[in-house]
Amino acid sequence: MDRIPILRMGKFLLVTIQVDLYDRLATNLEADLVQMVNKTGARGVLIDISALSIVDSFMGRILGNIGSMARIMDAETVVVGMQPAVAITLVELGLELKGVHTALNVEKGMELLHTKLNSDEEVEETEADADNTE
Amino acid sequence: MKIEKEQDVVPFRNRVKEYAVTIGMSAVNQTKLITAASELVRNMLKYANGGNTLIEVISEGRNSGIRLTFIDKGPGIKDIALAMKDGFSTGNSLGIGLPGTKRLVNEFDIKSKVGEGTTVSIIKWKNG
Repeated sequence: MDRIPILRMGKFLLVTIQVDLYDRLATNLEADLVQMVNKTGARGVLIDISALSIVDSFMGRILGNIGSMARIMDAETVVVGMQPAVAITLVELGLELKGVHTALNVEKGMELLHTKLNSDEEVEETEADADNTE
Repeated sequence: MKIEKEQDVVPFRNRVKEYAVTIGMSAVNQTKLITAASELVRNMLKYANGGNTLIEVISEGRNSGIRLTFIDKGPGIKDIALAMKDGFSTGNSLGIGLPGTKRLVNEFDIKSKVGEGTTVSIIKWKNG
């Protein structure tokens, strides 16, 4: 069965969507990603959609689902590389991509994930410190 | 072009794109047209188990464009005005399909008879 490969890089999972997805492939990706987050304990998911020429409401919903599911499992999702024409179309269509962060490219997306992760850890550390002093 | 299963969606989109490129449509308009086409084809698959599509190049004066027609023999739409409303969906979706699609194209025409089927036709002008 066709699958979109999911790469692991440290605490993050990387997905590059290189082909226009038909529905089954997209729903597989959704399920696979959630499985992988669970298996690896990943804290972030980065999805590169620079090769996607269109994002319709179905694809938008899949991306939103991935974001929501990953968040429940304590991982942030960032979608990167959206083509300008796709962004224009999404807004006119009325799709907001709720539940996912977006970044211009892979590099910025990784930065965003690192910042999110670091700020999380800082909060945990300060909470731990506060506990110690009591 | 016949649409019978979900695997037909991507080839159909590619075909629409070929036509759009041939008449020299801009990238943004191409994307809007293809997205609209994708929404309508999905609707057709979901509610009517598929149907037939027609891709035509049309011209009006100096302007040229593409007309897509989607014909299904599904259950039909009872209340078109309601179906065209943002946020309304009988299926399990976001309910932005039809109204969202209308915003992406220049002309949008829908005819439906309960029990007979639905025909949707859209036009996207090259410069529009």
